[in-house]
Amino acid sequence: MSSAGVPHTDLWPLLLYFELVLVVVGTMLALPPFLGERRTRRTPATEQPYESGIVAVGSSQLRFSVRFYLIAIFFVIFDLEAVFIFAWAIAFRESGWPGYIEILIFIGVLVATLVYLWRIGALDWRTPRQRGIEATIHQ
Amino acid sequence: MTVGSPAVVIGILLSTVIVAAWLIWVERRMIGIWQDRLGPNRVGPLGLGQVVADMVKIFFKEDWIPPFADKPVFVIAPAIVMVTMLLGFVVVPFAPGVGVIDFNFGLLYFFALSSLAVYSQVLAGYASNNKYSLLGSLRAAAQSISYEVFMGLAAMGVVMLAGSFNLREIVEAQKDGWYVLPQFAGFLAFLVAAVAECHRAPFDLPEAEQEITGGFHTEYSGMKFGMFFVGEYLGITLNSAILVTLFFGGWLGPAFLPPLAWFILKTLVFILFFILLRAALARPRYDQFMSFGWKVMLPLTLANIVVTGAVGLSVP
Repeated sequence: MSSAGVPHTDLWPLLLYFELVLVVVGTMLALPPFLGERRTRRTPATEQPYESGIVAVGSSQLRFSVRFYLIAIFFVIFDLEAVFIFAWAIAFRESGWPGYIEILIFIGVLVATLVYLWRIGALDWRTPRQRGIEATIHQ
Repeated sequence: MTVGSPAVVIGILLSTVIVAAWLIWVERRMIGIWQDRLGPNRVGPLGLGQVVADMVKIFFKEDWIPPFADKPVFVIAPAIVMVTMLLGFVVVPFAPGVGVIDFNFGLLYFFALSSLAVYSQVLAGYASNNKYSLLGSLRAAAQSISYEVFMGLAAMGVVMLAGSFNLREIVEAQKDGWYVLPQFAGFLAFLVAAVAECHRAPFDLPEAEQEITGGFHTEYSGMKFGMFFVGEYLGITLNSAILVTLFFGGWLGPAFLPPLAWFILKTLVFILFFILLRAALARPRYDQFMSFGWKVMLPLTLANIVVTGAVGLSVP
């Protein structure tokens, strides 16, 4: 690793690029309201959410599977642990075998967690019906 | 040319936007050829003018915001994906002297921006107030965060070999051989994660037409829909560029072509590969897709790190 730190410390190209990106995206958002056509004829269907031509029923703030929430929790756990592995990976030659054994224990704990989650079925997204179908196929 | 000179910065921005827009033509034309038909061939030679025609048309489309939508969020959502994907190109090492900034944590910056892009899909689905949009955005969020976990881990083998997060140093470290050979498992995992992060077929479940109409962009039309589209192609270009940088030696190549040409050529190969995937593979079921990420790819990348560490330490 070079002792000089960041080779080009001035960030102004990044700022220039960032501003140009904002200009491009801003133009793309700002122009169509002026250029686009004005709709004069509106039908009741214009104001409806598109659900493949079927009249919408109930609220769109629907209840969804708890598995999405579980995945969010797993992400927090595993991605945070991945960051520890990042920190080791950048310096794995310097830390040598002692560091390797430590990260091995760390990854071992991670794998144990994964196996546990696997065994309790937290990673199984199949519906009960799909499980039943696959059980009959594999008999 | 130096890294970060105004001409280079403007050139990179313009070329990435133009390439991303032009990819719409490439994709339609290529899939046409692979499916034994012509594809768009009416506007200009070979249909190359199709992109211009589409752009003009899309600018003059009605700027429709549904009355039931959450208006500010609805407008901001497509901008997020474009901004994050364009900003990702900041760290891409196009060639020696061509790039926006030389950044020591380039790879981490790329991961950060590719995670931020998911806000676009989540907010779009939430603001649309449409059941299919919400389902699509939930899928997009779960998919992105699941595949994000091992995308970083898959690249760690390369970081260990190169000893740096700086993408330019990673390219320089591949002078003696591309990392695709010692890091083949890492390459495969990163490729799968890249396809999933771009929401590209076969992993385009957030916008699976047959299941949830258009997914998170069901309610979008005109330019805002176009921005999701261009954002997706920017994502393909960015991920191809990062794949080339990490595993295929970036700008390195025999001297008969300049380094920039090598980089563009290699990136183009990966872009075409992304498009070929869409033409060749069917979409998996959502539960199969999620368990594949957690049960196959995550252990594979962890094993890759363990093996790379052991080999790297015993062979000094």
